[in-house]
Amino acid sequence: MTAIAVEKLSKRFGKKQALSGVDIEIAAGEMVALIGASGSGKSTLMRHIAGLERGEAGSVVRILGEIQQKDGRYGPNMRDLRGRIGVIFQQFNLVARLPVITNVLCGILGRISIWRGTFGLFNKAEKAAAIEALGRVGIPEVAWQRASTLSGGQQQRAAIARTLMQRSQILLADEPIASLDPASARRVMDVLADINRTEGMTILVSLHQVEYARVYCERTIALRDGKVVYDGPSDALSDSFLTELYGAASEELVLPQKLPVKGNPRPVAEAEPENRPVAGQREKILQPA
Amino acid sequence: MSTTSESLAGDRAVAPAAKASDINAGRDWSRSAWNLVILAGVIGALAISWGPAEMGRWTFLFTDSANMAEYASGFLRPDFGDWRYYVHEMIVTVQIAVWGTFLSLIVSIPFGILCAHNMVPWWVLHPCRRLMDFFRAIHEVVWAVLFVVAVGLGPFAGVMALFIHNTGIMAKLFSEAVESIDPRPVEGIRSTGATRIQEVVFGVIPQVLPLWVSYTLYRLETNVRTATILGVIGAGGIGQVLFESVRGFYYPEASAILLIIVATVVITDLLSQQLRKFVT
Repeated sequence: MTAIAVEKLSKRFGKKQALSGVDIEIAAGEMVALIGASGSGKSTLMRHIAGLERGEAGSVVRILGEIQQKDGRYGPNMRDLRGRIGVIFQQFNLVARLPVITNVLCGILGRISIWRGTFGLFNKAEKAAAIEALGRVGIPEVAWQRASTLSGGQQQRAAIARTLMQRSQILLADEPIASLDPASARRVMDVLADINRTEGMTILVSLHQVEYARVYCERTIALRDGKVVYDGPSDALSDSFLTELYGAASEELVLPQKLPVKGNPRPVAEAEPENRPVAGQREKILQPA
Repeated sequence: MSTTSESLAGDRAVAPAAKASDINAGRDWSRSAWNLVILAGVIGALAISWGPAEMGRWTFLFTDSANMAEYASGFLRPDFGDWRYYVHEMIVTVQIAVWGTFLSLIVSIPFGILCAHNMVPWWVLHPCRRLMDFFRAIHEVVWAVLFVVAVGLGPFAGVMALFIHNTGIMAKLFSEAVESIDPRPVEGIRSTGATRIQEVVFGVIPQVLPLWVSYTLYRLETNVRTATILGVIGAGGIGQVLFESVRGFYYPEASAILLIIVATVVITDLLSQQLRKFVT
């Protein structure tokens, strides 16, 4: 089944053509990386798929077979479709003054009755599910802290817990690790990979650094100046190909060194136990060819 | 005026010497010129307002200060004989302020959202803002006179006057707080499939709550002061008693009432300060 289908998506902001004729199809259960330099249109594409932005005439976005937007108009089922897509952002977008558990509970607003949601009358089972979701991402102990007291990595994991609460079929991660330190970044990516593997959730993750795409995603889509310039297996993305693709901009896309997965299992061991088997696979992928 | 022309001349005298040693390299002369224009404008405004404001009568402050002292001496021995009555009326005044502030708080919450440009389209924004402008433009005293005609003399007219005027002010303050929020958490809530109202409840209100509480307490404090004045035009409370005793030349009584008002305002200020600390 097709989870995300984008056809001829174009978008212009003032003078800048942010997206021009983007065609993408992502099957259910895939974990796909979206790479590109700053200003290449990654975030804009993400926001269109999330239903937070509308494209120009001729653009169509289908989510799980239903029309989410066409010719710059939202489809009739917009709010429901937004509920079926979880989004996590570079800046986490948690409500800083609310406790973490309330932030996570906001995930079910699209699923429960409007009145109960508006007055925040969440029941015991829902609260228990929120704590469970926080446990799933490894931070059950922070449930009643204000979101602002969490570290960046913890906030991002709380945001993932919110999308778990949402029971979304698709997860869009817009630069989820761009403002995190390497250890936190890896934990967040581990959690995403785990969710993709165990729940079969379709994940589209935009990344600044190609290295992470190679390690965590089988397929990579590359954008340049609002156009898709590569769509295929991540393995085929050699450094020389990226340099050819991005020219001078490739320096910021490729990490100077490999990720510290090999010979340094400690950060992985600290993470959830179920992540360990994945680490083994990754070591193989990272073996120098 | 003479001092400005002197300083102007002084500037001119210094300028050529400065050019020689080049200490003025990169100096923005147009800015200096504008500063002088602004200074001249302020002095000009003060000068043309001198006559109409009858500022020439300032000498009377000294020549007739004996009259003032005589009048003030009436206030020197406050008469607290009727203090139970005064305190009772003072409490009525505070109660007028409490209800006026509460009613306007209830109405200001939706209008605070509806008057924020990042929340609603322009065709909602402008009518709501103009309505609030209207509420705010007319002074509490004028509203009170209108309500005295409608609901009769007494505290309720005062409550209504405070309610209407204060709604105009609080909605504006609230909407300014809403306009300065971080939009990203709201987007986070929207992406879960929440309704517009749920976006406001979970994304906007938590962000603006500390400011809203602070504004409300400040307005409560202001309303206690205003409610005193409203008594003067027949809207009940301590103001009415004060006005009657001043008109009847009962200065010791008036003096006692003034002291009670000052004490009340100080107490409200202290209390609201503590509350503000607690909630933010």
